[in-house]
Amino acid sequence: MTKLTLKTEGDRFVVVARRFAAAPEAVYRAHVEPRLIQKWMLGPDGWTMPVCINEARPGGKIRYEWSDGKGGGFYLTGEFVELKPFSRIVHVERMHLPDPTPDNHIVTTFEKDGTGTLMTMRMTLPDEATRAAMLQTGMERGMEASYVRLEVMIAAG
Amino acid sequence: MPNLDASFSALADPTRRAILARLALGEATVMELAQPFEMTQPAVSRHLKVLADAGLILRRVEGTKRPCRLAPDAVASIDEWLAMLRKALAANYDRLDGVLAGMGAKKHATRRKDKR
Repeated sequence: MTKLTLKTEGDRFVVVARRFAAAPEAVYRAHVEPRLIQKWMLGPDGWTMPVCINEARPGGKIRYEWSDGKGGGFYLTGEFVELKPFSRIVHVERMHLPDPTPDNHIVTTFEKDGTGTLMTMRMTLPDEATRAAMLQTGMERGMEASYVRLEVMIAAG
Repeated sequence: MPNLDASFSALADPTRRAILARLALGEATVMELAQPFEMTQPAVSRHLKVLADAGLILRRVEGTKRPCRLAPDAVASIDEWLAMLRKALAANYDRLDGVLAGMGAKKHATRRKDKR
């Protein structure tokens, strides 16, 4: 079953939509409460998020650190711009590979959809250099690690 | 170096998409491209410059001509990136489904307790 839709919007954005069988409040909380984020925003099997800082308030900081359990890892930092419980999150984030990638401005919305939630995430397309760095990293360390990096880049805070 | 933003800007224009579609059939000169689009050669050249700057086409010099051809890598890398993004998100969101189910179960238990 394909629940996820992903499409480009205009020339600068990617829009991702996904339905969840839970109320907007629950889906929203899963994006801002560290103990919940650490259960799912992990990428491939075997990876963990030992550090998860999420100050869910305007200007609040985001810092996620991932580990492959074998000494490998990377991290993401960001800041919240706007939060409207339980319907909207605006934040900026960047990956550190270890050089920081250009800021990615992300708007995530949570709308009631029957008994569930329609989540929509609108993110900036990475530039060529960022994408090339990620693809290169993926080839060096295996595609799965690259998936994690991509996930990190777009993951909603 | 090709830029992804530039690639999408270039693709946003219908004439440029038509030029790319024509180049998908094979290499063409500015003159050959201008004919079906009923455009002047300078106008076509401007579109070709946008496409070249975005890394979507390649040009070579052949005497006084500068034939154009598609740079398939540029378009393919965008698709590749989007495919990887989709896979990464799908894995995490499938896991989130489980987390949400757990949260829902707890909430229902609490509600039942509240009603009693």
